[in-house]
Amino acid sequence: MPSSENGRLAVRKTYKLFIGGAFPRSESGRVYPVLGRGGALLGNAAQASRKDARDAVSAARAAAGTWSGATAYNRGQVLYRVAEMLEGRAAQFTAEVAAAENIREPKAGQQVDAAIDRWVWYAGRPDKVAQIAGGANPVAGPYFNFSVPEPTGVVAVIAPQESSLLGLVSVVAPVIATGNVAVVVASLDRPLPAISLAEVLATSDLPRGVVNLLTGSTAELAPVLAGHMDVNAIDVTGVAGGDRAELERLAADNVKRVFAAEQDWAAPPTTQRMLAFLETKTVWHPMGT
Amino acid sequence: MTDTVPWSYAPAPQERGIVTIAPSYGLFVDGKFAAAADGRTFATVNPATEEPLAEVALAGEADVDRAVRAARAAYEKVWGPMPGAQRAKYIYRIARLIAERAREFAVLESLDNGKPIKESRDVDVPLASAHFFYYAGWADKLEYAGFGPARPVGVAGQVIPWNFPLLMAAWKLAPALAAGNTCVLKPAETTPLTALLLAEVCQQAELPAGVVNIITGAGETGAALVAHRGVDKIAFTGSTEVGKQILRSAAGTGKKLTMELGGKAANIVFEDAPLEGAVEGIVNGIFFNQGHVCCAGSRLLVQESVADILLDRLRRRLGTLRLGDPLDKNTDIGAINSRQQLDKIRELSAAGETEGAERWSPACELPDRGYWFPPTLFTGVSQSSRIAREEIFGPVLSVLTFRTPDEAVAKANNTPYGLSAGVWTEKGSRILWLAQRMRAGVVWANTYNRFDPASPFGGYRESGFGREGGRHGLRAYLDA
Repeated sequence: MPSSENGRLAVRKTYKLFIGGAFPRSESGRVYPVLGRGGALLGNAAQASRKDARDAVSAARAAAGTWSGATAYNRGQVLYRVAEMLEGRAAQFTAEVAAAENIREPKAGQQVDAAIDRWVWYAGRPDKVAQIAGGANPVAGPYFNFSVPEPTGVVAVIAPQESSLLGLVSVVAPVIATGNVAVVVASLDRPLPAISLAEVLATSDLPRGVVNLLTGSTAELAPVLAGHMDVNAIDVTGVAGGDRAELERLAADNVKRVFAAEQDWAAPPTTQRMLAFLETKTVWHPMGT
Repeated sequence: MTDTVPWSYAPAPQERGIVTIAPSYGLFVDGKFAAAADGRTFATVNPATEEPLAEVALAGEADVDRAVRAARAAYEKVWGPMPGAQRAKYIYRIARLIAERAREFAVLESLDNGKPIKESRDVDVPLASAHFFYYAGWADKLEYAGFGPARPVGVAGQVIPWNFPLLMAAWKLAPALAAGNTCVLKPAETTPLTALLLAEVCQQAELPAGVVNIITGAGETGAALVAHRGVDKIAFTGSTEVGKQILRSAAGTGKKLTMELGGKAANIVFEDAPLEGAVEGIVNGIFFNQGHVCCAGSRLLVQESVADILLDRLRRRLGTLRLGDPLDKNTDIGAINSRQQLDKIRELSAAGETEGAERWSPACELPDRGYWFPPTLFTGVSQSSRIAREEIFGPVLSVLTFRTPDEAVAKANNTPYGLSAGVWTEKGSRILWLAQRMRAGVVWANTYNRFDPASPFGGYRESGFGREGGRHGLRAYLDA
């Protein structure tokens, strides 16, 4: 973090949550220190509570109608706008990722570039997914029968713990590209780039509540989201393998879709993460005079 | 029918100064503008005033050759080997730049083409930008398109018409570029200006030189382009007559072809249709863009039981259409694009009268200068009449009637064309029954003339082959 250069004392940022388009502190008043290289304090992150998680789900649900009802073309444009906004702040993110992940700036810069390009990749997706995941079905009768993919709804995302920005973008973008809304729990030890990403999302014409971001204890928040009856699906990629079974048990209460897939975040994406959070709707209609 | 007094409207002119038209334009080859090798030029005029707008270079065989070579070099050295993700970024840039300069494009289009500003502003230009945006997203995802390993075709020679100059350029260039091809595009001789502005956008986007080349000229230039041995793929939108010439000239060359040709679409109104909506759909179907639309609903097939009431309402609606200055934001009907096209519309309309159909137009004052034709309705049209068979490509609607659904299908399909069809009914099962029987590439139900980058468009039979738009539109530009 810049402290004092040229004798000027830097203004530090307060890192807060991102819920319903606003940046509140945790209602619990809790924060936890985020440490960088050699134990240096990078900042205090809000430690979200069970109630913050519920608020985030409410905000997401309130945004679900607007976002799933937006045209695919519009969603694509908004995602592209995120890339544009991120590009303009690439230097800031490079510094933050370098500090958060304790890596050198050139390597952090590559992560940031890849994260920007990932938004561009997903920007081209919303208006194409129906032509890949849907189609006409040739049933044996005088019916016109077709299937279209629709968003699952509110998706909880436990972000990867290691890759603070690229990993985060790689799990959030596919969820919202298709019209879902998200409640995201950022990496426990590396949450600060996620909060800065929320600032980008807040200025990218993304309707408020489409992405809600919590920082804090994964162990505390994940079970709340997994058991929440108004969450339709959960991506537990950021939860250690041994801890997933309990979340799957909780998710069963409302037949939540549970998804997990580690991957090399630097590799080009596939459709896997998008298709995981889609429902298929099939419509029959008779044909006749 | 009662006489309605048309509302009078104060002029609402779109400011013309937003666009700067140069006195002369060169050919856009290998990233730079240059005069034709032999220095020839031609004028493009404003069809609403007959005033010349600019002198434009007339490309000859030498220029065509230079453009194709530039495209080939760019294909082999730059664009072909470039990763799809990077091609995507260039195409996204073009989409954004068109959106940023949208009003400039719209005014220029209306000046050069004669179409109303509300149409160029609200339809042509936004759709052109959206088309680039859509196909940009395919450039790095071609392996998901379902056509096997993604291999581009090579150099595409593309010839487009004057009715939607910028939009047709977008329909041609966007999928070609996304798939990794390079292009030589020839706009129509009466409407070259927005394509040349698009060339400037390509420069602003820093698109590598030679990836898009734009050569202006008339039929001879187009013929030289499609006949060039360095062209791997021909994409043509225009008349069926010229399309057939191109097919003959390409025979035996192995060139990959797509053709988007003429149409004589049936717009079918059943007795249970919501008539007010149908009237709007009929108007939109045939009077949108002065009827210069290959998929125009130029044959109205109306069920006999509602024919009188529908035609009454239609005539009343036509009386409220405003014809005049294309740059006036209230204008519904602009100018006919050229003297030649006006002559053709007049000739076919005269033939309609000679063959016994009844002609009607609303009271409609035509400007003194420019090329104009009033909205025109023919009733009592027989299926054998020229105005029921030939594409007029103007604001002229031929009305026929039918009694049963089967008769509607038979009459609708009684044409060598097969681009589009419209159906108006409250019964969903009937829409789908009819759609199944239409020999047409696009069927609009309770709407008409809808276009979207995600939706495939193209014809059956003599309306051509190949699809533009959607996932299907990629196939035309992939070696698949």
